Amino acid sequence: MIGFATRRLIQAMIVMLVVALLAFTMFRFVGDPINQMVGIETSIEEREALRERLGLNDPIPVQFLRFVTKAAQFDFGTSYQFRQPVSELFAKRIPATLELSFMSALFALVVGIPMGIYAGLNRDSAISKMFLSVSLIGISLPTFFIGILLIFLFSVTLQWLPSFGRGETVQIGSWWTTGFLTVSGLKALVLPSITLGLYQMTLIMRLIRAEMLEVIRTDYIKFARARGLPDRLVHFRHALKNTMVPVITITGLQLGSIIAFATITETVFQWPGMGLMFLQAVQNVDIPIMSAYLLLTAFLFVAINFIVDIMYFLIDPRLRVGRP
Amino acid sequence: MKIKSTLMVSALLAGSMLTTAQAETLKFSFQGTLNALDPYSLNETFTLHALGNAYEGLTRRGPDLTIEPALAESWEVVEPNRWRFKLREGVKFHNGNDFTAEDVAFSFERVRSEGSDLTTRVPADATVEIVDDYTIDFVLSGPNPILHYEWDTWAIMDKEWTEANDAVKVTSASDTTPNYAALNANGTGPFKIVSHEPGVKTVYETNDGWWDEATHNLTGVEFTPIGSDATRVAALLSGEMDMVYPIPVQDIKRINDNSGTVALTGPELRTIFLGMDQMRDELLYSDVEGANPFKDERVRKAFYQAIDIEAIKQKVMRGLSTPSAIMISPFLFSKGGEFERYPYDVDAAKALMAEAGYPNGFSVGMDCPNDRYVNDEAICQAVAAMLARIGVKVDLNAQPKAKYFAKILASGGYDTSFYLLGWTPGSFDSWNVLDNLMNCRDESGAGSPFNNGGFCDAKIDELTDQILVENDPVKRDELIAEAYTISHDNAYYIPLHQQGLAWGVADNVELVQRADNAFHFRFVTKN
Repeated sequence: MIGFATRRLIQAMIVMLVVALLAFTMFRFVGDPINQMVGIETSIEEREALRERLGLNDPIPVQFLRFVTKAAQFDFGTSYQFRQPVSELFAKRIPATLELSFMSALFALVVGIPMGIYAGLNRDSAISKMFLSVSLIGISLPTFFIGILLIFLFSVTLQWLPSFGRGETVQIGSWWTTGFLTVSGLKALVLPSITLGLYQMTLIMRLIRAEMLEVIRTDYIKFARARGLPDRLVHFRHALKNTMVPVITITGLQLGSIIAFATITETVFQWPGMGLMFLQAVQNVDIPIMSAYLLLTAFLFVAINFIVDIMYFLIDPRLRVGRP
Repeated sequence: MKIKSTLMVSALLAGSMLTTAQAETLKFSFQGTLNALDPYSLNETFTLHALGNAYEGLTRRGPDLTIEPALAESWEVVEPNRWRFKLREGVKFHNGNDFTAEDVAFSFERVRSEGSDLTTRVPADATVEIVDDYTIDFVLSGPNPILHYEWDTWAIMDKEWTEANDAVKVTSASDTTPNYAALNANGTGPFKIVSHEPGVKTVYETNDGWWDEATHNLTGVEFTPIGSDATRVAALLSGEMDMVYPIPVQDIKRINDNSGTVALTGPELRTIFLGMDQMRDELLYSDVEGANPFKDERVRKAFYQAIDIEAIKQKVMRGLSTPSAIMISPFLFSKGGEFERYPYDVDAAKALMAEAGYPNGFSVGMDCPNDRYVNDEAICQAVAAMLARIGVKVDLNAQPKAKYFAKILASGGYDTSFYLLGWTPGSFDSWNVLDNLMNCRDESGAGSPFNNGGFCDAKIDELTDQILVENDPVKRDELIAEAYTISHDNAYYIPLHQQGLAWGVADNVELVQRADNAFHFRFVTKN
């Protein structure tokens, strides 16, 4: 067990290093940060002095080593545009992203599961067919387009929901802010959560439908029916339970990608989370923020995969055999 | 017609405001963010003016950009090299401290210290002498008629407050921790900044102790940056925002058609122009070998005459641009109206090309930003199509500004043959244009650093030096006109137009749209 975990851990660290290297190499091609930091009339000498102070003139390996050493200590430096430590900026933005991700995951589950069950049980009904066509839209339309569509329908035309931002937030503790406790905060969550969660909802719905169709055909369901159990019990107690295993795995993995890829949704709704900050950083060549974000995302995926691996190991005895 | 294309929307009636003063919060949005609150951190229009609501300079500019007294009540040039400023008495900073000559002297040293991005606000070799608490002298090494032109955006800071909070050094990008002044503001202006979350929201509150009579009726202002054009426009249309800017020109009609909002348009000061590499002996991006066609005046004029500026105005800018014959807005130069563009004439252009030895044209690479100016990439595409008519094959390279500027400016080694750029003189004065864009430069950029094409005309250099020290305004304008005439006659640049401003405003809000794209809350009334 320990040997397995150590091996996985070493692999995870290698992945992180590779991501760091890729991220670092990429920054060579995004443009000149100095131009974004100063006004256009700033003289060449001042620009050069700034470049020197930031260490941008050092040899690449030196810069990379410095970057990795500091990143290992969670020091990502100071943002070029905000002139504040990157770790502090991220701490301020994390609550917004996590709350949005949580709500979209909740939306995907609460809406996706019933739809999936229904479509699985009544595969030929008109409503099931409608669900399937709607879900096709969820998969095929790009996120930003869905977001803009929702904004123009619910904000501009009907004026029910806000088109941007988090509404009023409440401070909890020293660094967490929440939008759950105010009316405007909750209203502001609706459109971005739907936009972000639509794809996952579609995925979960289709997954459950497929599993349901599969399970309904199995012997034990037929047997349960033969025993005269009511439909309700057969469907929800016996069938649904067995469809949930892959759904839980997928949901867990998808949560990671919801957090990591909230970028587009956050940009469309001006949601003050990490993704929006990342995109602004890209436009302004704010390298410290970009690198921190990429590493954080990589870390998220590596951590989730690591946990999943360990869990497989615990669940599946076959992995243990022949591997001391 | 709902478009009001005057420079100002309305002159506010100060008298009527006093009786109808009503508690109102203005919500507005801009495409970019307000980062550090230190007024010397970034020399950029939005930052300077967003902070300019809380901080003030010795001077300020009115709705039509005329210079007015602000923290200084009056000033005079007592000797050719000595400027005396009489300061306003009884002015208090937001924290209650008194404003005195000490603060001006302190701000003078701080604005030109290391880490400041506004070092050009004061001449490097100038000194300051405090005469008494409310009189201060600036001593220069030579005459400078435009010393105070940019002082509306040179914020005066409180010496005591800055020193007490250990913020004397300007937060520079290489510092690991921001200083107090980067996160807090303490000015003398009509609004105080009460909270600031960079990139998320900034909240202003009215300063009741402001020295001047308030003509606005606001109690507070909320600023939210919205980067996405569609979302920004939607926020206005849905009534969540009272004012958003800029708005894409293609959305102007939509905003005017919507009841309750109106698009406010007017000419901006920025001049968009094309530049050509006239320095290298062979172009970097061209099929012409062993020669640089742009060194030939006829080729430059052919390019100029091949461009149908009216088509660009109508099709690309949707009417929202003012074609220009010189490199500065006519608002900023008294003789600006005397210049005329070379007429659009494809046949004449073809003849010029043939005369210069390129009857079949040639190919040239063109650099263009795609997120910097209004419809910048579309302008370049139009230019490429127009040049194709005289046989010039343009290879367009449109990139985000971060990459674009890194390539074409000094830091990229002026890696360009043909480019589109925009320029607004920070001082609103022609000397800035001549000094930055039209003087000779060497390979590293010493001289005119933004003369990317690197043309060199000794006469313009000579005139620039004379203009700098000429105190007689009439004579000075004649010298400036002479310099622009040389540039025009030789077609060193191809000026295109001054782009337009487009702001989206709710019907119940009245404000002033200044041609420098600055938004000052003190001109706003909300009903």
